[in-house]
Amino acid sequence: MEALSLFIVIPFMAAFLIVLSSSIWRKYLPDIIANISSVSTAVLAVMVFAKVASKPSVILIHKIGGWAPPFGIPIIADGLSAFLLAIANLVSLAVIIYSVGYINTYTDKWKYYALLMLMMGGVNGVLLTGDIFNLFVFLEIASIATYTLVAFGTEAEAFEASFKYAIMSAVASSFILIGIIFIYGYTSTLNMADMAMVFRSAGHVDLVKFVAVLFLMGFGLKTAAVPFHGWLPDSYTKAPATIPAMSSGVLLKTLGIYVICRIFFNVLGMSLSISYVLIGLGVSSMIVGAIMAFGQTNMRRLLGYSSISQVGYILLGFGIGTPLAIAGSLFHILNHSFAKSLLFLNSGDIEQGRALSTERVFGIIDQRPICGYTGLLAAMSICGIPPLAGFWSKLIIIFACIQSGHPILMVIAAAVSIVTLAYYLKFFNPLLFGTKKNILSDGQSFAVNLAMVILALGVLFGGLVWLPGPRSFIINTAVNVMTGGLAYADIVFGAIK
Amino acid sequence: MSVYLLCLVLFSIGFYCVLRKRNVIKLIIGVGIMEYSVNLFLVLVGYRKYGRAPIYAHDQVINNMVDPLPQAMALTSIVIGLSVMLVLVAVAIRIYEKYGTFDITKIKQLNG
Repeated sequence: MEALSLFIVIPFMAAFLIVLSSSIWRKYLPDIIANISSVSTAVLAVMVFAKVASKPSVILIHKIGGWAPPFGIPIIADGLSAFLLAIANLVSLAVIIYSVGYINTYTDKWKYYALLMLMMGGVNGVLLTGDIFNLFVFLEIASIATYTLVAFGTEAEAFEASFKYAIMSAVASSFILIGIIFIYGYTSTLNMADMAMVFRSAGHVDLVKFVAVLFLMGFGLKTAAVPFHGWLPDSYTKAPATIPAMSSGVLLKTLGIYVICRIFFNVLGMSLSISYVLIGLGVSSMIVGAIMAFGQTNMRRLLGYSSISQVGYILLGFGIGTPLAIAGSLFHILNHSFAKSLLFLNSGDIEQGRALSTERVFGIIDQRPICGYTGLLAAMSICGIPPLAGFWSKLIIIFACIQSGHPILMVIAAAVSIVTLAYYLKFFNPLLFGTKKNILSDGQSFAVNLAMVILALGVLFGGLVWLPGPRSFIINTAVNVMTGGLAYADIVFGAIK
Repeated sequence: MSVYLLCLVLFSIGFYCVLRKRNVIKLIIGVGIMEYSVNLFLVLVGYRKYGRAPIYAHDQVINNMVDPLPQAMALTSIVIGLSVMLVLVAVAIRIYEKYGTFDITKIKQLNG
């Protein structure tokens, strides 16, 4: 399946072309190239997902350069990769459409687009590669692009946040690389399926625990699970609004959660102790994120802490590890990606029209109906108002807690969801329905509204995924990959022949 | 064995530097030391005693060769480390322009 390499080639090629043609038609050419690239990857991602999900246990493999997998680097799209690939590319499509109308307030638009394309290439590479060192390289590409984009506003706080994020993330990357070296030293292979085969035949290995700790430190920081969450609210505060939207909607899920799932479920093998650690990380993220969000007055910081809290739910579901819990977590990834990206894009739209940067804003719905209503929809989905998708995914995770015999976790999850509702009400009620009018400009562009409406449709119809028909082919293919565990090796090597 | 321990010591020095130092430039140096120790470890994993370079040629029999793959990984890792270092240094320069200091206890407009 040659088309898989296009997911990595198209964004990197677009970044290259944008930089190369930066002096030609600076006003519109970067927009055009970036949009063509992201539309094509989004269409391809949906096609690949439809193909993978069409039959049970179909996986697509492309051998780069024709080298067979234990030696060459394969690009693999199985259920889990294809599910997250579709989400990541759809969210980034909306973000790039939004950028057309948004990024004109910053200088040097071509640099922004080039970095964003590098980030997308890195994300697609992390999702698709079957080689653990290649995964590390793509992870670093996406992270380096993010450090730079966080500082793109060139304000003092933006540099401070970028430096903090870069230092913490560089330390995390060192831990990840040490972990990779240890596994390489034990298995003498870098291919993830081959590693899974070695670990399966070796049985119980003490090294796995050590490597698991290194990976949990490293990828835990990329996920912003609670002991490692310090960079997240800071880096969201002063960056262009599209960067937190990408980070919260795409990077946390791919660089953090996807890699944790892939490595712990499919390569190292899940054990009871690791699942308890994941539950612990999840619960601490949920509680601390919700408590910290309560006191925030800045919209970006509130949404950042809310992201930490919602990511906690996802980690909790994966930690419980029953098929129902995993399905709930994947469903929550889908809902949270669309809704939280949409809220960050709303925050950018509000900031652009704001009279004074320090003044609080009131009554968005009256002054900017599209921004207001889409924001209302997304906030309702995240805090779990019944007909919307966010309610169902939380409910499924809570059910899974009861089903697997963890009543205390059930109580915590339910309580945090009530706290979530409380802080969203406290913050968004005056913001959306306040009577004071204080937005000056009406400079809304068509692209900004279009992007928000696309994401709002995703939030609105995301719940349909849980209906029995779509669920069996959208979510269950991804669940099967994770519950299959180390059988991943057999599936990959079976598909090569 | 002592080489591996020295590698660990080097890593710990870098990590201590990142955790304890107050100066932005010293933090960057700490990250650099950590990266170098990881690269050193990478090369050590591939090392075999009395091994030679795995270059195949006619009428030569190689009995004991070092593992070339970690060396390739070390090269990639060095390049990644360099680009992270560049971003960090560039941001540090701009931080100095904005705040007029390298002391991280004075660089805190963000908190909470």
